[in-house]
Amino acid sequence: MNSADAIIQFRDVSYSLPNGRVILQNLTLEARHGEILVLLGRSGSGKTTALKLVNRLQELSAGEIRVNAQPVGEWDVIKLRRHIGYAIQEVGLFPHFTIERNIGLVPTLENWPKERIGKRVEDLLRLVGLNPDIASRYPHQLSGGQRQRVGVARALAADPPILLMDEPFGALDPLTRSDLQREFLSLQQKLQKTVMFVTHDLHEAILLGTRIALLEEGRLVAINNPGEFLKSPEPLIAKYVQAFGSFESMRGTR
Amino acid sequence: MNFWKFVAQNRTEIAELTLEHLWIVGISTLLAVAVGIPVGILITRKPSLQKSVIAAANIIQTIPSLALFGFLLPAPWIGERAGRLAILALTLYALLPLIRNTYAGITGVDRAVVEAARGMGLTDWQLLFQVELPLAASVILAGVRVAMVMSIGLATIAAAIGAGGLGELIFRGLTMVNNAVILAGAVPAALMALAADTLLGWLEKRLSPQRAA
Repeated sequence: MNSADAIIQFRDVSYSLPNGRVILQNLTLEARHGEILVLLGRSGSGKTTALKLVNRLQELSAGEIRVNAQPVGEWDVIKLRRHIGYAIQEVGLFPHFTIERNIGLVPTLENWPKERIGKRVEDLLRLVGLNPDIASRYPHQLSGGQRQRVGVARALAADPPILLMDEPFGALDPLTRSDLQREFLSLQQKLQKTVMFVTHDLHEAILLGTRIALLEEGRLVAINNPGEFLKSPEPLIAKYVQAFGSFESMRGTR
Repeated sequence: MNFWKFVAQNRTEIAELTLEHLWIVGISTLLAVAVGIPVGILITRKPSLQKSVIAAANIIQTIPSLALFGFLLPAPWIGERAGRLAILALTLYALLPLIRNTYAGITGVDRAVVEAARGMGLTDWQLLFQVELPLAASVILAGVRVAMVMSIGLATIAAAIGAGGLGELIFRGLTMVNNAVILAGAVPAALMALAADTLLGWLEKRLSPQRAA
């Protein structure tokens, strides 16, 4: 394992709630430069929490997370978050902002000149497969799929080298989701971001993951590339495969 | 005496009293906004204070208005002038709807929106002014509306301690057992309340955030 190109490093990370309930226990893993590290697990496995510890929406209880070799606690939290794009299932677009202002918010806060923001918004809308004409619309005027695309565009706005994605395509119908997954994959081949991607969907994990980390009850069960992952003798993985059916047809499409 | 005749004969006095009424209500609402909104914001940041602050504002509301005017009478500076006293009392009454609505408005902002904003690296102030307050504006304004309409009614009672306003006509009419005089105070007060309600209601609607369909 080559740690030199690790962009996000978890070392013995634990997180428990104030009431003592343990959410994550001794999690050690790393996301390497340019890869999509998928955190796979069922509800309550701690995968979303793991993501939020990286951009410090939650503060870890024990252990250490490093981003670019620097412990997250030593980062200025605002700088850290602007260095990391963040996309969530509910998208969380600002309903009182136009699409342009939604996408351009971080560049605006970073004092980019106005023309550069406008250009950037236009480029990003094209990049995520939307017509730049929708820039002046409000979120409620878009479809669910369009909103998710805007969410991804917004996460990419200030060109952060790292992306945290929490089931960003989760709320979509299967066809739209499949479109977005494929487009995201080709986008990622161009952009080469370091991505941590949370999902409960084994199909999505296999399709998108450079490597897959399986979490269960706050612990890391296995971490491997999709091919090895499916062959693993780990009983929990076998259960997943059983639940999600065959993958032969899917592997061919990658 | 006929109502219209009384109004026609006393239109200057009625106009003056209306202005006085408006002044008392306007200043007290402004003060309540200046105190209530920051306090409402504060209790969204320090949830441990929320219960006691809302309880205190609730208790103030339960004090009968005449009694509150009476309690405040011995207060230095405030008690010296009936107008000051009336403004303070009305401000205290208006606090509850403002604090409560500010709190409800901000905590009612979609959790995903707030989380996305924080995750994108907005500072606490940017989150408050760019996201939370604009999205809570219509709920906060509804609080202003409730406070103002309530104050217009309550301010008539302030005439009992000599603070002036349209209540003066109402009390005069009561002692004279003259409905025309009572109405000369009550009708403009009711119209004022209606106008405030309509105007603020319109503003509230305009400020309502665009909601997801």
